[in-house]
Order: sequence, then structure tokens, then C-alpha cells
Amino acid sequence: MRKFKKPAVDLIRFVLPIMALAGAGFGFLVGTTNGLPLAGTAIGAVCGVALAWVLATYVPSKRTGIAAATVLFAIVGLLLAGTGGVVGGLVVGFVLGWMTYWLSTGSYRASTPIYATPGQVLWHNTFKFICGAIFFFLIAPILTVMPLSFNAENFFTFTPAMLSFDPSGYSLKHYRDFFTNPDWQQALKNSVRIAPAATLISVSLGTLAAIGLSQPHVPFRRAIMAILISPMIVPLIISAAGMYFFYSRIGLQGTYIGVVLAHAALGIPFVIITVTATLVGFDKSLTRAAANMGANPVTTFFKVQMPLILPGVISGGLFAFITSFDEVVVVLFVGSAGQKTLPWQMFTGLREQISPTILAVATILVVISILLLTVVEVLRRRSERLRGMSPG
Amino acid sequence: MTEATNSPSAGPMLSADGTPLKKSLQIALRRQKLRALALIAPLLLFVLISFIAPIADMLFRSVENEIVSETVPRTVIALNDWDYDGGNAAAPSEDVYAALYVDLSEAKEFKTHTRLGSRLNYETTGMSSLLRKTGRGIGRMDTNGYTKQFKTLDPKWADPAVWVAIMESPGVADVLPETASAWKSWQRIVVTKNDVLAEEQPEDFIYTMLYRDLIKQPATAITSYTGPGSDMLTKADGAVDGFESVSLQAQFVGIDKNWGNAEIWGTIKAFSSPYSAGYFLSSVDLQLTPAGVEKQPANQQIYMLLFGRTMFMSMVIMGSCILLGYPIAYLLSNLPLRTSNLLLILVLLPFWTSLLVRTSAWKVLLQQQGVINDILVWLGLVGNGDRLVMINNQFGTIVAMTHILLPFMILPLYSVMKTIPLTYVRAAKSLGATDWTTFWRVYFPQSVPGIGAGSILVFILSIGYYITPELVGGTTGTFISNRIAYHISSSLNWGLAAALGTILLAVVLLLYWVYDRIVGIDNVSLG
Repeated sequence: MRKFKKPAVDLIRFVLPIMALAGAGFGFLVGTTNGLPLAGTAIGAVCGVALAWVLATYVPSKRTGIAAATVLFAIVGLLLAGTGGVVGGLVVGFVLGWMTYWLSTGSYRASTPIYATPGQVLWHNTFKFICGAIFFFLIAPILTVMPLSFNAENFFTFTPAMLSFDPSGYSLKHYRDFFTNPDWQQALKNSVRIAPAATLISVSLGTLAAIGLSQPHVPFRRAIMAILISPMIVPLIISAAGMYFFYSRIGLQGTYIGVVLAHAALGIPFVIITVTATLVGFDKSLTRAAANMGANPVTTFFKVQMPLILPGVISGGLFAFITSFDEVVVVLFVGSAGQKTLPWQMFTGLREQISPTILAVATILVVISILLLTVVEVLRRRSERLRGMSPG
Repeated sequence: MTEATNSPSAGPMLSADGTPLKKSLQIALRRQKLRALALIAPLLLFVLISFIAPIADMLFRSVENEIVSETVPRTVIALNDWDYDGGNAAAPSEDVYAALYVDLSEAKEFKTHTRLGSRLNYETTGMSSLLRKTGRGIGRMDTNGYTKQFKTLDPKWADPAVWVAIMESPGVADVLPETASAWKSWQRIVVTKNDVLAEEQPEDFIYTMLYRDLIKQPATAITSYTGPGSDMLTKADGAVDGFESVSLQAQFVGIDKNWGNAEIWGTIKAFSSPYSAGYFLSSVDLQLTPAGVEKQPANQQIYMLLFGRTMFMSMVIMGSCILLGYPIAYLLSNLPLRTSNLLLILVLLPFWTSLLVRTSAWKVLLQQQGVINDILVWLGLVGNGDRLVMINNQFGTIVAMTHILLPFMILPLYSVMKTIPLTYVRAAKSLGATDWTTFWRVYFPQSVPGIGAGSILVFILSIGYYITPELVGGTTGTFISNRIAYHISSSLNWGLAAALGTILLAVVLLLYWVYDRIVGIDNVSLG
């Protein structure tokens, strides 16, 4: 496509009307908050057209143009609404500046074929916009929680002080509460005591079973697989109900061991699935070669097989860990007050609306899950590389 | 291999140690199988004990109903001869009341009559208070008249040691069946209290049963008894006809007039068998009444509504997941790998984030003093007085659960769409199809397996959801799982919880069977 000359974009009949609309949109938003929707719309439209015309005609460098527009609107925002207005100004300026170049340089049709009709281009960009909105829907709720956790007030929403970026509107008090409140600390301690124990059980037993399952000629393979996967299939509330009934019959209800057993059972399917997936690509001739050179099965396992499937085992373990660390339904029923975990404490907090400390905990958990996601992704890549190395 | 061993000219092929190759291969195969099973066995055992057994226990509890026949065993047997007869029957005979008298006298000591009361109260209201009241009143019945009359007749009847001697002699059970049976209850009561049988004065119900036995048994039967205290028995047999008798029926009706009510007896009879479909009937808004299976009264029909709502809302959530997930999966599968991997992180991050974090985020966003309402008010679109109610109703549940389950739709869709070759689309376009025709007739049909897989996954996950509906569902947005939790922890009607859970489990397993047919359970991917 680069070989063709880019079709010229009509500034007057195409770029300026669209920019007028965009400016009017922002103007309307700013106007309504000040009680002047109509005037705001009109002023916004004029600003949009003027900006687009100036940038498209006199500032050929995209980067300079966008920076200039951003700074300009930030200053306007500062004059109109103080510190809070700066952020609004930055956003509006960046969007308008970027849009001007996106439209006027013709890059809005760069990802469509050169022969695409205007309708197709319009649809293509609308589709991208829709996808952007859905991504926003996916991410925004999680991102909203983070700044709110620094709220200086005990509110679940943004205070005026936060919006104007007044430092007094922010504080670490919810984090301090989390680290000093005995309830939360006990919950954290319980979670840290339960999750690793459950993970250890599911990983050790699960890895052995996965190796067994990946052998050729396993009798009743499908039935065994169905039983081992079932904790993932059965809805949690049913598992919780069954475990509550059964564990109280055998005296495990309300004990640490009971919760660990229950969580280990829930984590097993994840270990089985990830480890068997790793073993699918495992080259059997390696173990045979090791045996041929005189290694006994245990040595073969630890020296040859284990290093190769380790990435799968670790990511299965992470899945099992997060299952236990995140689990609330089963522990609600199988555990007693002595086994109150972090999610349980959050659950009660959310139900009774105690304090925004929940948001601080939520932020910490999001950070942890980002770390775990990174680890799993790195391990997956490494496992694929290792398997790529082995012949066959 | 088989041809070689079967070839007639060479005879059976031998392995190095001289055994036929076929046989040594079989041994090797068996050893291999055993080794595989040995590796699997610990985990299988673990899952069987920690997970499958609890599920089986739940299934068992949904039909188990031993409490009636364990608490009032004699009454259950005595009621066999009584027929409810559509409510026209008179109250049962004196024998039934006598059986109930003994049963409850024992149950009262072990406090099991209250548990029986709460069990039967699920079926007929008033049973719980009836049994509690009876438990309190049963010790004060006029049957002490029998005790006095026996003691007056022969003071030895007041001696516990004499009673023990009589009741422990062989053959007494044939002569005095009801007394012997009641004595067993008395023995259990005394032993539980750590008392000595020979020192405890028997209670009135023993004397009452003795009176009934002596009245009913022919004189020859009594005289045929030759064990200890036979003279006392013969003497008493001659005197009982002159005793002042007490109607047990009148005594029970005196405690609570409901004991004369055929409805109460019908309920006990209807639930007397050790296994009952009663809980299952309750979970579909029916009830087992003495007259047979009936509909619950209209104001108590909630389970079909809840099942219906769970299904309906899961459908809506599934639909919105398709609507939102399809464009994303399409975009991801048509972008260069580097870009799509970056964007995939945006899908995986919510997938990895704690469920409670996401639910609390929606609580923050949707509540009346929350972020979305604040923005709307700030923009002037909504007045400060009439903020939108977006949480604690169906809307809140649907939005939050769509967000939570969306990755489960996107990931299977993406993996299917990645395999659709774009050449088909190009071919269709070059043959003159419009964009819409190309999508609808060529691309979409190839992506249907992905939609199927994602939809079933989302549907299965959502019908069993508990946490999110509990936190953001209010009263109109709760699912059947919330009701199960309620019955386990609040109303303590475990049998009903188990029956509801069994039905839910059956639905989920059916859907998984379908999923297995469409996608194959082995293809479950974790992103």
C-alpha cells in the first residue's frame, strides 16, 4: 500500500465538520457541568474547527501538533476549573489533536484496503471504536478501584478533593488500616497458611497423576479424567454444600485441615490440565535414553523429566494457588471463624459495607494477579521454547 | 507383531528369556498399566474422599428421611394399620397413642423430638410447636394413676431391682411385648444418664405398658410365665380389670388438641419411610401431603420462580457475553500476533483478577452514591434527587456477571476464530459477495463452534454462581444457589438444600455432556 500515493483528504468538507462535531461533543460535556449546554456546544464546535484548521494547515509535525494542543487545552482547563481542570484539558487537547492528524493525514484508512468504499472505512472505524469501548468495559472497573483506594474519606466514590488533585484528598489510611487491623491481619495470615498447603497437596499428587495419565494404555482413562476434572465442573455452591454436609459428618468442618483438603480438591483440575498439556509435547525417548544409560526411574524423573515439565507444573501450581487464595464460597461453609480468609473478610465487608479498606486490599490483589499473570506468561513461553528444543 | 507370533511355520516367537513373545509383551503391557494406575491412585483416592464422597453425601441427604422412623419407630409401625383416607379417617386407635407415648417419652430425654418437629414442620406448619409442647407435657400425664395402683397392689412394684429381674428374664418379651419394648427405651435413658438401672424408679410409661399388656394378654399367657416375679404378675393380672383406666388419646388431645387431628397423623405416616421424595417435591413447589402430591400454596411457590429466574438471567448474561465477546474475539484473531497478544492481556487481566475485587469494583461503580451516578449527576443528565438504581437488582447482577464471565466467552471464541482461514473470506468477496453476505454466509458459520463452546461455558458457570448475585443481586437478582446457601446456613433445612443442589447438579452435568459432545472436555483451555 505504501507504494500508492495516499489519497488527499478534503480539509474543508471532511476534516473540519467532523472536528466540529467532536469539539461540540466535548463542549456539551463541559457546558452541562457549568449549566450552559448550548453555549458550550457552540464554543466547543468553534474551538474544534479552529484547532483542526490551524494544526492541519500550519503544523505538519504530528508530535509537535498534539503536544501543543494538549498543553493549550491544559492551560485553558487550569484557568477554567483549577487543578482538576488540567486533567480534563490534557485529555480533551490530546484527543482533539490526535484526531486532527488521524483524519487529515489519512491514517484513519491506513488499515483498510485502498479500494475500500467510504462506507467500509466508516464501518471499520466504528467497529474499532466498539471494540475499544468493550475493552474499556473490561478494564475500567478494575482501574477505578485503584485510585479510590487512596481516598482520604471513608467513601466508595471520588471526593471533590480527589478530583481537584488536592493532596489532602489522598491518603494511605486504608492501607494502614489493612496492615494494622487485627481482623485483616488474621485473615491474611489464614490465607497465607491455607493456600500454600492446599497448593502443595494438589501439585504433588496432581503431577504424579498427570504423568500416570499421559502414559499409553491407561485403563478407564476417560472415567478417571472425568472424576479428576469434576471439582472444576461442579458449581462451587454444590461443592460447598456437599463438603459442608460430609465434613461435618466426619468432624472436619470448621478445621484447618478441612479447608486445606477442600481447597486442594478444587485446585487439582488446574494442575492436571496444565501438566498434561505440557506432557503432550514431552519426548518419551529422553526418558528411555536416560534409562538406557543406567539411570533409575527416580533419577530419570528428577534429572530429565522434571526440569522439562517444570514450567507446566509451576503454572499449574499458580492456578491452584490462586484458586485457593481467591476462593470464598467453599471456605464460607467448610471453614469456621478461625479459618476466615482474605476473600471471606472481603465478602463480609462488602455485605456489611464496613470500610473502603476493601478497596486497598483489592488493589493489592490486582497487583498480585498482574505479577502472577506475568509469571505464567513467561513460563508458558519458556515451556514452549524447551519443548521446541527437544527433537521429534 | 501378531502376524509374527501367529505364523505357523516358525512356531511361537520367543523372547530372550524363553517365554513366548506374546506372553511377555502382555506382561509388559500389564505392568505398564499397573504403573500408570499406581501413579494415578493417590490422587484418585484423594479426590474420591475429599470431593466425590461429599457430593454423594449430598445426593444421599436429598432423599434421606430416617429421622421419623428413628425417633418414633413404634408409632410408625403402629400407623401401618391406619389409613388417612383423604382426611375422613378418625384419629388412630389407642395402640398408636400408646406407641407414641413410649416413643416420645424416650425422644424427650434425648431432645430428638424437637429435631423431628423441625423436620415435619417443613411439611406441615405447627408440627414443631406441637412436638415441643408434647415433650414438655408428656411427663405430667395422668398415667401416674397406673403407677400408684400397681404400687398399692403390691409394694414390690416400686422396687427397681424387681423390675430388672423380671425384664431381664428370658421369655418375658413374649408375655409382655409392649412392656419389654418400652423397657429397652428406659434402659437407654438410664444408661445415657450414667445411672444404675437397678436403682432408678421406672417412669409412668413402663407401668402404663404393663397395664396394657396385662389387659390384652390372655390369663393363660401370663400364668405360663415362670420367671422371677411370676407371682406378682399373676396377682396383677387378676387385679388390672378393676384398675381405673386412662385414655392415652384423651391425654394427648389434652396436651394439644391437634393430636386428634387426622392431618397430623397423615403427615407422620406420609413421611414415615426412611427415604422420601419430599425434598425434591418441595424444590419444584409441590408437597407431599397425607392425601398425596399437591401443589404448594401459592404464596410459598418460590423455587420454580427461582429456577426460572436463574435460567433466564443466565441466558441474558450468555447473550450479552456473545454480543460483547464476538467483536473482541474477531478483532484479536484478525490482528497481527504481536498486537493481539498485547490486547489479550486486557482480557486476561480481569480473568486473573480476584472475583471479589471485580464484584467490589462494580459495587463501587453502580451504587447510588457510586462513580457512575456521580458522573451522571455531574454532567447534569440525572438530577441529584433521582439517582439511578443500578445495584441490588437484576440489572446489577447481569452487568457484573457479564463482566466477570466475558473472558470465558472471548477465549474459546478466539481460539476457534484463529483457525478460520481468511482465504475463504477473500474468495467470497472476489466472487462478488457483499461484506455482509461474506460475514453471514462464510465467516459466521465457521465461528459457530466457538459461540457454542463459549455459550455453554458461560451458561454453566453462571447458573451456579453464588458470590456476585449475593453481593449485588438484592432480592430480585438472586439465583437458586443463594437459596441453597440460605437453607444450609440460615433455615438449616439441609435436605431441601441437598435436593435443590442435586437438581442444579443434574442440569450442569447435562450441559457438560452437551459441551463434551460439541467441544470435548479435554480441550478445556486456560487461556
